[in-house]
Amino acid sequence: MEIRYYISLAVALFCIGIIGVLTRRNAIIIFMCVELMLNAVNLLLVAFSKMHAATAMGKAFPGMVSDAQIFVFFIMVVAAAEVSVGLAIIVMMYRNTHSTDVNFLNRLKN
Amino acid sequence: MNNVFQLVWLIPMLPLAGFLINGLGRKHLSKTMAGIIGSGVIFIAFLLSLYVFFSVKNGNTDVAHYFDFINIPALKIGFDLQVDQLTSIFLLIITGVGFLIHVYSTAYMHDEEPKDFAKYFSFLNLFVFSMLLLVLGGNYVILFMGWEGVGLCSYLLIGFWFKNTNYNNAARKAFIMNRIGDLGFLLAIFWLVNKLGTVDFRDVFANVSKLSTFDITGITLLLFVGATGKSAQIPLYTWLPDAMAGPTPVSALIHAATMVTAGIYMIARSNILYTMAPVTQTVVAIVGLSTAILAATIALKQNDIKKVLAYSTVSQLGYMFLGLGVGAYTGAVFHVMTHAFFKALLFLGAGSVIHAMSGEQDMRNMGGLKKYMRITHLTFLLGCLAIAGIPPFAGFFSKDEILGAAFAKNPLYYGIGVAGAMMTAFYMFRLYAMTFLGKFRGTIEQEHHLHESPRAMTIPLIVLAILAVIGGWIGIPEIFVHGGHKLEAFLDPVFAQGNAITVKNELAHNTEYMLMVISVALALVALLYAWKKFSAYQKAEKEEAGLGKVLENKWYVDELYDAIIVKPLRSIATYLNNVVEKKGIDGMVNGVGKAVNYSSRQIRLLQSGQVGTYVLLMVIGILVLFIVQLFL
Repeated sequence: MEIRYYISLAVALFCIGIIGVLTRRNAIIIFMCVELMLNAVNLLLVAFSKMHAATAMGKAFPGMVSDAQIFVFFIMVVAAAEVSVGLAIIVMMYRNTHSTDVNFLNRLKN
Repeated sequence: MNNVFQLVWLIPMLPLAGFLINGLGRKHLSKTMAGIIGSGVIFIAFLLSLYVFFSVKNGNTDVAHYFDFINIPALKIGFDLQVDQLTSIFLLIITGVGFLIHVYSTAYMHDEEPKDFAKYFSFLNLFVFSMLLLVLGGNYVILFMGWEGVGLCSYLLIGFWFKNTNYNNAARKAFIMNRIGDLGFLLAIFWLVNKLGTVDFRDVFANVSKLSTFDITGITLLLFVGATGKSAQIPLYTWLPDAMAGPTPVSALIHAATMVTAGIYMIARSNILYTMAPVTQTVVAIVGLSTAILAATIALKQNDIKKVLAYSTVSQLGYMFLGLGVGAYTGAVFHVMTHAFFKALLFLGAGSVIHAMSGEQDMRNMGGLKKYMRITHLTFLLGCLAIAGIPPFAGFFSKDEILGAAFAKNPLYYGIGVAGAMMTAFYMFRLYAMTFLGKFRGTIEQEHHLHESPRAMTIPLIVLAILAVIGGWIGIPEIFVHGGHKLEAFLDPVFAQGNAITVKNELAHNTEYMLMVISVALALVALLYAWKKFSAYQKAEKEEAGLGKVLENKWYVDELYDAIIVKPLRSIATYLNNVVEKKGIDGMVNGVGKAVNYSSRQIRLLQSGQVGTYVLLMVIGILVLFIVQLFL
């Protein structure tokens, strides 16, 4: 399959993520959108990695082919850790304020 | 360098030390201590000056170099003190007369608070210090330092009673007038540096032939502008009569020992430059002569005892400049010396009178003081005779020498000069008669209070009176006693360079006798007329009219300056202040402030605290970067 399909999908996912972050006020949904953006990037990384493996450079240096995919794993691990922390914060906030609305939460004082 | 010159630096440093001690310790010193310190340092300086004088008389002259004041590749100015015949004469005048004035001040200023008393003496000492630095300086820059110093001290002392606004204005006037002159002096120094690369007296005078006529004329004219400021000549003389605002001994110091003689000294010092610039010489002579006449006419009608003396100083300074202008440098310096004696005497005498009259200065309210103040009266009479030019008193010899030289140059100078001398005799004896003769015209309380001044005041008067009588005898003309003019012989080395190229018109002895007889006879006539007219003076009810009124108002010169200089300047200043300053400069500064304020108020709205907005802006920023990257 051609690379541009992957790129299009990744860009679409990324834009959905951005728009979600910009428009939604619920912290959990914003969080999900951020994850979506991360995963869009992951998708691109995997796609480019696969594409390069087929080129002359990938043949010359077979060790490099899996580099980008290893990055993806890293990102997924880090994202998982981040999600656990982020969700914990959101839960704590909900407990205190009974709201996950970011506009309501902007007043950190008081 | 022999040991005289190792001591020379002490002469100015002693008054400076006195200034520092009195100035810094003014709150802790008693009046007696302040007086002793103030007068004592001057007395020691006087003794040192005497020592220096006798050493110079034996032919020792030198320049002592202490350190480099300015040392850059193109210009080297050392802190040099020069001692020669001219300097040693001035040293004696300044410290000698200065010391007497200090002693007199201890009594005259006795009513002041102790701290003001000490402040007064510290200023006097600083004044003497500046003047000593001026005459000792070995180059124009050191001279200029002293020159500025006396200007500052005159400001401080004229405005000594600073709670009176008029006195402050007089002090400011003196300072500003002097600054105008100083600018000329400074430009002359720059010109010298530009053309010769040196300001050292010896180097300048040795290289004077390298200057073009235009340069010399320009430099000497600019120096003369400086001298008109300091020595109160037309057009910058108006500060001196106003300087009467200061305590009377200060007036004596300014008029006799320091300050006003600075211009004479400077021109006498630069005599070679002036001799080589005949145009400037003519200007100097004419300005001097006009000042002498103008001031004399004003003095005829003044009623304030100190004002008369002030204008007489301006007039006598005019004679000195006439002397300088016609090449009679010795005569001018001689007149400085005799004038220092009798003018200090007259001022201190006037101070004694004012002291007795409890501050009254108007002669119309005096009269008949002869029988109350014997010593003051007698010494004052001697001073008047000396200034009027009656032989054998001091003023006769010096004035006659100048007038003789003026006749040799141009008989017209002599004619006008004699007219001025006549007026001098007239107004001095008007002053004398109105003050000491006739009946007392003041209030009864004042009459009750009349007394002779304390000894600290009368002794300086007596010493000065003796000097005013015999001071002229060191310069007896050749025609009376061969070799009688000791001063000329003494000063000859200083003026030798200038005299060598001066064309001397020797007067025939008969002419010289005749000139003397004419001037003395006319002065005597004026003297007797004034004596007769004013010894029975009664207060006139009617106002002066016509010429008398013009003279009483000093030819309206102050008003003229006010109209043509002060008022336009002030209106320009008002315009600049109200329009340019407020609308232009303030508007600009405030505008910048307002713009920053306004824009920050708008930009502040961006920072709303909404995370969403921040993210949106971030995204927009990234998009802009993309667009720039991809399409531009």
